Amino acid sequence: MTELTNELVLRMYRTMYTIRKFEETVSERAGMAMIPGFMIHLYVGQEAVATGVCAALREDDYMVSTHRGHGHLIAKGAAPDRMMAELQGKETGYCRGRGGSMHITSVEVGGLGANGIVGAGLVIAPGAALSAKLRGTDQVTVCFFGDGASNQGTFHEGLNLASLWKLPVVFVCENNGYGFSTPQDKHQPIDRISKRAASYDMPGITVDGNDVLEVYLAACWAVERARKGEGPTLIEAVTLRWHGHYEDDDDEYRSAEEKAEFPKHCPIERLERDCIERGWASTSQLERIRSEVDKEIEKACEFADESPEPSPDEDPALIFSGGDR
Amino acid sequence: MAEATQSETRNLAYFEAIRLALKEELELDPTVILMGEDIRYSIFGPTRDLHLEVDERRVLDTPITESAFVGAAVGAAMTGLRPVVEIMFADFITVCMDQIINQAAKIRFMTGGQVKVPLVVRAPGGYLNSSAAQHSQSLEALFMHVPGLKICLPSNPVDAKGLLKSAIRDDDPVLFFEHKALYFSSDDVPLDPQFTVPLGQAAVVREGSDVTVFAVSGMVSSALSAANSLAREGIEVEVIDPRTLVPLDKPTLLDSVRKTGRLVTVEEGCLTGGVGAEISALVTSEAWDDLKGPVVRVASRDQPIPFSPVLEAACAPTTQDIAGAVRKCLGKA
Repeated sequence: MTELTNELVLRMYRTMYTIRKFEETVSERAGMAMIPGFMIHLYVGQEAVATGVCAALREDDYMVSTHRGHGHLIAKGAAPDRMMAELQGKETGYCRGRGGSMHITSVEVGGLGANGIVGAGLVIAPGAALSAKLRGTDQVTVCFFGDGASNQGTFHEGLNLASLWKLPVVFVCENNGYGFSTPQDKHQPIDRISKRAASYDMPGITVDGNDVLEVYLAACWAVERARKGEGPTLIEAVTLRWHGHYEDDDDEYRSAEEKAEFPKHCPIERLERDCIERGWASTSQLERIRSEVDKEIEKACEFADESPEPSPDEDPALIFSGGDR
Repeated sequence: MAEATQSETRNLAYFEAIRLALKEELELDPTVILMGEDIRYSIFGPTRDLHLEVDERRVLDTPITESAFVGAAVGAAMTGLRPVVEIMFADFITVCMDQIINQAAKIRFMTGGQVKVPLVVRAPGGYLNSSAAQHSQSLEALFMHVPGLKICLPSNPVDAKGLLKSAIRDDDPVLFFEHKALYFSSDDVPLDPQFTVPLGQAAVVREGSDVTVFAVSGMVSSALSAANSLAREGIEVEVIDPRTLVPLDKPTLLDSVRKTGRLVTVEEGCLTGGVGAEISALVTSEAWDDLKGPVVRVASRDQPIPFSPVLEAACAPTTQDIAGAVRKCLGKA
């Protein structure tokens, strides 16, 4: 699985570009008030993390996501059209318009929910892993969370339990340097979050989260350990959040100079350079992928725009099974 | 063990009835698992040594981490298991409010019905022998305010067994509030592994024509005692045990109030914002024309539950309080 074939690299390129294009389109549509609400947390800049990790997973593996979850879901295999429909609150969305950006998920691709509560997934993921273990499958659960969530009590409880019971979980901390407006050195006294793995007697490694190949290789190693019953791993992927915390965020807490640096670390351009230098793909091949994705996102928007709104009469079967009251 | 026939019963304590329900469901359904703190030891007994009688991998002692094991139960429930977790004292449920209120209760809805969350949270509440402010509470009213959670409050061993089995087989998250003071009460409990008590079906535990008393959990027996003493004064009380607050058997309650024209609610939780407040609002809005007087609520004082036996007794609702409330309801106080 760890072998880097041309096909795999191009697949990862397509995924990263799909996330970027999707998120930029969401940003535009949010600006035009085509997407309800203001709590839209975009993944721009972090594409290599979800892409590299999910490329190491099987379709039946589980993935626990965060409030910044669009990229995770695309990387796990969800369709942009049903995602865009969900973000626009339409009945054809994955969650029939009940979840929106912060709760978007597709269970059929292994998604166990984005989450509006920072750190919530850290205790849900061990449960999915326990479930796989008790049901006798070799499914692995990946749990994404941010540097901010690594201070929550659920981080400690979740990693402790997963390691105690040797559960097949891969904890992926996306350290983008900020918990909302608070820089990492103001919210925790350590530099490398992977150090915390030592407390739970599990391996902890830090990777360049803007290098999809490095993320992928680390994830393959951790997923293999989990699948073989060797227990959980903590991967810290250091990356950058290009947009504000959410789309209405004026992001004035970060200087123009700091933000000007972001594109220099673009994970997509980096893979493009690697592809050309190592002969994995030609410029025209990459261009073809981009234009195919552009069309796919365009179609996703059309699908969302043409989809019906949910009926204002709520479906009681969504609150309780059988519609009990 | 011989096959139980439909009618066979055995005298069991409330905790033994719960244990039997858990054992049967563990044996009947390989997806049922138990998790909680010290459940193999089990201070009140419902899970003591169960791991020796069933697949021990499915009876799991956890670290003292309510967020972790309730959160894990949510994850397990979303992926094919039917976890039954125990919160050692119902008060500790406050440690895992996110997992219950923001996660378990909402996941079915937030995912547009893509997943179900068949999870049971067993939690013993209520007064017991100077347990004081953090080990005595009845918090069910808090959770009535959260759509997506079902709430059971068995008042006797038969309901404890039958409701727990229904809760485990249900596809939604269920909060199952046991009562600490009832664990050693006993009754003849059906041994049939298919015996269940459906959620959402109240029991009229005593018929009467003068006043309806809606009593919850440990207060059902107090209400019956009050009813028996009031009968000697010529007052006939109808006692209704809702058994589940969500779903609520409104027809049984409303039919009774339409018959008696009077309602007293009794609970061990505090008065303000309590179960009685909701029931009172329901009855006054849906059976106003049948009411002959104001609804009277009996509940704990609005204060933290004290340690001192003298203060504790004064805080809790008593049989005398219930009898007094019934007389007041009839304009006889």
